[in-house]
Amino acid sequence: MNELALGLITGFFFGFLLQKGRVLRFEKQVGAMLLKDMTILKFMLSAIIVGMIGINLMVDMNLVELKVKGTVVGANLVGGILFGIGWAVMGYCPGTSVGALAEGRWHAVWAILGMLVGAALYAEAYPAMKKSVLTWGDFGNITLPDAIGLNQWIVIVVLIVAFVALFRLFERLKL
Amino acid sequence: MQRDGWNPYLAGALAGLLAVLSVLVSTQLLGKPKYLGASTTFVRAAGLMERVVSAEHVADNAYYQSKKVKVDWQMLFVIGILIGAFAASLSDRSFKLEKVPPIWKERFGSGVPVRAVGAFLGGIVAMFGARLAGGCPSGHGMSGLMQLSISGYLAMAGFFGAGVLVAHCIYRKGGRQ
Repeated sequence: MNELALGLITGFFFGFLLQKGRVLRFEKQVGAMLLKDMTILKFMLSAIIVGMIGINLMVDMNLVELKVKGTVVGANLVGGILFGIGWAVMGYCPGTSVGALAEGRWHAVWAILGMLVGAALYAEAYPAMKKSVLTWGDFGNITLPDAIGLNQWIVIVVLIVAFVALFRLFERLKL
Repeated sequence: MQRDGWNPYLAGALAGLLAVLSVLVSTQLLGKPKYLGASTTFVRAAGLMERVVSAEHVADNAYYQSKKVKVDWQMLFVIGILIGAFAASLSDRSFKLEKVPPIWKERFGSGVPVRAVGAFLGGIVAMFGARLAGGCPSGHGMSGLMQLSISGYLAMAGFFGAGVLVAHCIYRKGGRQ
């Protein structure tokens, strides 16, 4: 199968699940930031639990390879904070914006247009970023088990326990 | 009448399964793993549009060179999200035309121009940040955390830390359930 068809099919199922999980909506995204509705965190952390186990099992079986994004502390944090500021105002992230548009929240189109302009502006700013922020604390493609020096399964078990504890907290507080 | 949708834990777990299958199937069929992500598509789409105005400028830009301005797996993935979400919203009649989201309306009123300017400016800042950080909540958040990557945890701390702070500042009066 070709690359484009595979992308379309994968996206279809992902979009379907995002919509059924009701995580596309502005209210759900901003609701999480207001610490009043944790639907999107329940969805994300559940996906991450299944994904951590599945992907690390497949890596152990030599079926697939990881593709870890580079850790540059300055860029990850400064970029992450800028994203968080914009995210709170627009109420969507890049993936959910198109899904929200598709379920009728047509105001997501303003966010999508803004993100296209933001991407173009970043392309212009890239040479300056490369000389500055993108050099601040560059550790390469490291993972938590690499950094701590523990077996990845110990890290996975600890994270699952932490995530499940968060789920219990969300349910107890009816978030 | 609008229904509640699926349990978010179940829908999320299925999305995790989809992410795992995507990595396996793409490795088998394409010879390279495809981890879910969305924000690079905005770079490629911006590049494709800019190319109409000035092909030279896009060809000379170091960032566009590094991301390769083309229609690729991820761009079709993002288009797939659009179609899948549309199908899901029709299947349980949760499709609803909305010009201004409720929480926004409580705080800033129902005017479309104010929402348009806010979302547009928010979009610019967010995408600039996502590209600087190297990903968005899909690529850094979901795919990154699944791989136990440190960059994913740092970026997520930034996303949520700043998001919580700014949301509390701007929607103080809204968002009550």
